[in-house]
Amino acid sequence: MLEKALIGNRRYWGWIALLAGVIGIGFICYLRQLSYGLGITGLSRDVTWGLYIAQFTFLVGVAASAVMVVLPYYLHDFKVFGKITILGEFLAIAAVTMCMLFIFVDMGQPMRVLNVMLYPTPHSMMFWDMVSLSGYLVLNVVISRVTLDAERKGIAPPHWIKPIIILSIPWAVSIHTVTAFLYSGLAARPFWMTAILAPRFLASAFSAGPALLILFCVILRKITRFDAGSEPIQKLALIITYAMSINVFFVLMELFTALYSNIPEHIAHFRFLYFGLAGRTTLVPWMWASAILSVIALVLLINPKTRHNEKFLVPACIAVFTALWIEKGLGLIIAGFVPSPLGAVTTYSPSLPEVLISVGIYAIGVFLITVFYKIALEVRGQIA
Amino acid sequence: MHDGGKILTGLAAFVVVAALPFWHAAIGGRSVKPEPKIVTQEKQCVASKEVMRATHMDMLNTWRNTVVRQGQRTYLASTGKTVTMSLSNTCMSCHPNKKEFCDTCHTYLAVSPYCWDCHVEPKERT
Amino acid sequence: MEHDRRGFIKIAGVSAIGLAGLSLAGRDGEAGESEPVAAGPRWAMVIDPRKCLKDDGCISCITACHRTHNVPSIPNARHEVKWIWKERFTEAFPDQEAHYIDEALTTRPVLVFCNHCDNPPCVRVCPTQATWRRPDGIVMMDWHRCIGCRYCVAGCPYGSRSFNWEDPRPYLASPDPQFPTRTKGVVEKCTLCEERLDKKQLPACVEACQEKAMLFGDLNDPESEVRKVLRSHFAIRRKPALGTNPAVYYLV
Repeated sequence: MLEKALIGNRRYWGWIALLAGVIGIGFICYLRQLSYGLGITGLSRDVTWGLYIAQFTFLVGVAASAVMVVLPYYLHDFKVFGKITILGEFLAIAAVTMCMLFIFVDMGQPMRVLNVMLYPTPHSMMFWDMVSLSGYLVLNVVISRVTLDAERKGIAPPHWIKPIIILSIPWAVSIHTVTAFLYSGLAARPFWMTAILAPRFLASAFSAGPALLILFCVILRKITRFDAGSEPIQKLALIITYAMSINVFFVLMELFTALYSNIPEHIAHFRFLYFGLAGRTTLVPWMWASAILSVIALVLLINPKTRHNEKFLVPACIAVFTALWIEKGLGLIIAGFVPSPLGAVTTYSPSLPEVLISVGIYAIGVFLITVFYKIALEVRGQIA
Repeated sequence: MHDGGKILTGLAAFVVVAALPFWHAAIGGRSVKPEPKIVTQEKQCVASKEVMRATHMDMLNTWRNTVVRQGQRTYLASTGKTVTMSLSNTCMSCHPNKKEFCDTCHTYLAVSPYCWDCHVEPKERT
Repeated sequence: MEHDRRGFIKIAGVSAIGLAGLSLAGRDGEAGESEPVAAGPRWAMVIDPRKCLKDDGCISCITACHRTHNVPSIPNARHEVKWIWKERFTEAFPDQEAHYIDEALTTRPVLVFCNHCDNPPCVRVCPTQATWRRPDGIVMMDWHRCIGCRYCVAGCPYGSRSFNWEDPRPYLASPDPQFPTRTKGVVEKCTLCEERLDKKQLPACVEACQEKAMLFGDLNDPESEVRKVLRSHFAIRRKPALGTNPAVYYLV
């Protein structure tokens, strides 16, 4: 089926070439990082994790969100999602691949990465993270391959794929829970050490991922003959509405606990995010933008008139995705380090090579999505 | 077979290119067997020359794990001698001439052990 | 032809996995920690900030440590590598409210370094066991195994660990060949001079201190200097509520 990605019109190949260029630039920057060291980024002794790990954290959520279409369809026979489960699974593969790439570029000694497998350490959450991410990748590759292959042949998928698909459902929840455990068990970082972190991750995942899926469906309807139909999109929109409401509720819960308890160690990180600390206000405009976007998104989503109208639904999905990307992809990780355990306030802003490497990895993800969706739609004869 | 001429020509070209290191060296005769220079007065290393030549990499790895991970620094050599397991302090005390000892074989075999990224090379005695 | 190609790739993939599995099975595990000894030493330090020369700007201990262990001196504060340094009292002990305490105490420099905790969070999170706790209490580092993920840096509540953001060699004028340097991309910290302890020497910082403000000893020996001092003086530790059980005590 891979050969289906090798035939395309000029627009398709132009898009691939553009992505290849962006990936190439990112790769060259990575070579520079390999030779100089991670000092080429904006990271420092106090803020040791930044853009790379934040993108990994955000994308794990997007990867897990495939379960939002898989669960209703396979577990509850919700036929409405029949046409888009493959899109969700392919999105999961691209997202997990990006996660692993972001982790890889963040390693100080990437050639030794396999040490995590050679010297298994069950008491380290990072070990389990590698296990669960690898397993989830394998699961989704197998599932998408087998189901798409069966569709191409016009037959039902083999019966043994069903338990594997069912397995992918708790596994999706586990990849995100384990990632949350990376942070929520650290006594050294009071901003992260909260029991609600894993539920927050899940709520934001089930908002951002399906929002992206809706956007993909709308784009595919414009440039191909694939039309998911309004019913799956509306059902996804409803899921996003609930998930986003829960997510905002969770954030407010966090704010209450920190502010009402008045413990300086807990308040400081929120103050840094929303008002700045010691004159450092790098993230303040971003966090308020995220808050405003979340409110706008909720207003558009909760009101059935705007949710049913794609003219409003599409901006709402963009708002959801952007707001959550800021919240997790920028706010969460950096604020864990500011202030430091010794009370120091160190700024962080990503350097240009760091940004280009990240954009390059996103381009790899977009490339994978392009190729996978092309194959899926060619199989269905719905390309153009 | 179809396209037999092209296939056989291609195969022949591949064999020639793949065997380049061998026939190029045979013609040019430039590669010289490495002769590492011993500068120490000591008659015996921690093991015989043959054993060291074949297994010094494994021995250093074992030394590394024993010293770092088990905190044991004393090594009883097969010769009966007791030494401290240390590349920089023990090995290099008899073989400080890294360029004429270690590097001769390593360069010849295109091996670049990255020990020297951290373990400080002794200042070459001129 | 299409089916054969797919079949070939499947067989190749399974074989590769099988070969990888075989090579893993053949590897013998190396001991990360020796078996716990019944009664060995438990090393600890007692620091007396009252004896530390504030106005003199003395940094003998820091110099001794950093020189002995080839710790680079990097001018860019963001890429700083340090094993031992001075903090103010309020930074070293943020959970000690110091509103009406004698200013002389709160402005005196406090020496901070790795606490070699009994319950180290950095060890718990390291995915490769590149850092582990020895039976004698030292939290040790294996710079050959570290993958530079910096999880231990995130896990340490005391900020004791430094990452090598770039190659340290240019910042080392003449490295001491008796101890290795580190390379870029690994995390480092104080290792309680375990290589000196092996030769029955005191840690470099303890030996260098002219004011005898740093004591080193065995907590398991009731008659050791550190135990005697702790019996007669009140001492605090950094962030004790976190349950890390640090082995560095500060007399106040």
